[in-house]
Amino acid sequence: MDYLDALSMHASRLWEGLLLTLQLTIVSGILAFIVAVVLGLMAGSTKKLLRFPARIIVEFFRGTSLLVQLMWLFYVLPLFGPSLDAMLVGIFALTLNYGAYGAEAVRASMTSVPQSQWEATIALSMSWQHKIRRVIFPQAWALMLPSLTNLWVHLLKGSSIVYIIGMSEFTFELLQLRRTTDWFFALAVVGLVVYFLIALALTQLMRLLEVRAKHRLGRGPSLKEILSPMPPKPSVADETPKPHVTGGSR
Amino acid sequence: MQHVIEFQDVEKRYGDKTVLKDLSFTIERGERVTLIGPSGSGKTTVLRLVMTLEELTGGYVFIDGKPLAYEQRGGKRVPVSKRDQKQLRTRIGMVFQHFNLFPNMTVIENMIEAPVHVLGKSKADATERAHELLAQVGLPDKVDAHPTSLSGGQQQRVAIARALAMDPEILLLDEVTSALDPEVVGDVLQVLRDVAATTNVTMLIVTHEMSFARDVSHRVMMLDGGKIIETDDAETIFTNPSNERTQQFLSAVLRND
Repeated sequence: MDYLDALSMHASRLWEGLLLTLQLTIVSGILAFIVAVVLGLMAGSTKKLLRFPARIIVEFFRGTSLLVQLMWLFYVLPLFGPSLDAMLVGIFALTLNYGAYGAEAVRASMTSVPQSQWEATIALSMSWQHKIRRVIFPQAWALMLPSLTNLWVHLLKGSSIVYIIGMSEFTFELLQLRRTTDWFFALAVVGLVVYFLIALALTQLMRLLEVRAKHRLGRGPSLKEILSPMPPKPSVADETPKPHVTGGSR
Repeated sequence: MQHVIEFQDVEKRYGDKTVLKDLSFTIERGERVTLIGPSGSGKTTVLRLVMTLEELTGGYVFIDGKPLAYEQRGGKRVPVSKRDQKQLRTRIGMVFQHFNLFPNMTVIENMIEAPVHVLGKSKADATERAHELLAQVGLPDKVDAHPTSLSGGQQQRVAIARALAMDPEILLLDEVTSALDPEVVGDVLQVLRDVAATTNVTMLIVTHEMSFARDVSHRVMMLDGGKIIETDDAETIFTNPSNERTQQFLSAVLRND
């Protein structure tokens, strides 16, 4: 009975911890993607003036630990200047850390777009912005999605570390509940399942984006076909890839 | 009269490997010139230099008398400005061996992308022109098709139409039939014969199709080891070449035909 009391007392706090974890994962995830694209484009540029600063930022945030970055931002920075809100620091550190990793995924996928595509854009006199936006990035997008999915799941799990700057996210609340009860096993299972389910939701969302991206490049089924409740007739599914093969001679 | 293309002492090196050396030639407006020669002779490199896909390591290339990559200023060889180069480059179009259509766009999107965003044509004009060109290459019903759903021969005809949609003065054809199944080669070459017959576009061609080269070219240049060893009108080169190396090359190639 004590246990149930403890749970009911903690339920709302666990829920709030979960919401904070989701918030950190989604907001930092989106911001990290923007940072990754900007840094990735800069790092892949032929101009030294762009490439060099990007490399420094990427290597710095990749090479130092998230924990240490958080400590610097939250505990050391106020000694010299502004003291920032924990939420801001948490989002900022997660964004830059995972943005730096993402930048490498963006850069690598841009260079994986075949040279022949870049040459076609030169033959059509496209400007740099134009070719990146309309030709190269849409193709690189399909290539970078699997890496971005991985990083997003990492970010979700990495977000638990913000407890060291006093943020009560899901893992923290779970550990608090463990202190007042002795439910080691049950709480460990809850932690496992909750993170797993969030990660599953993220990967499924990203998988749909990947299906759409590939379909736009003329590869694989459309999103509609994937999402339709009726499985596609096997005969149709077997026949569709064939024209793609004969068209090749590549 | 100004030359459309002029190479002046062009040299192209990759590291310490010299592909072209002291190469000089001129091409006149409306002329169709085919480059022949054994593989590794530098034919494709010539085209890629005109399209600015390769860095010019020595000498000068002029388009309509204007320097394309480097110019002489104050006794020094200096690169031309990006803006001048881009301005000249819009006069040049290229068709590649592997078509290089954009897989993220439909056929019509491939064709109007650059005319609208590079040349500043209205979307309506560009679309109308694209429809005309697709009819000309025999694919009027493939407007909204996806490049990956087309056969190789169809993709190459779209690529030709896409290059023509830019209204180029110079069209570079780089082994445009080499990647195609034998039975569709004829269709693609017929499209190019049509273009040659109905337009005044200057063509610089690299091909292994000798009968096509003979039909459409005004002039043939034989390259070997990065140098032009013989140049003459197509009829003379194919029936009565004077250079011994040319004779050898042609007898080897034509025997296989």
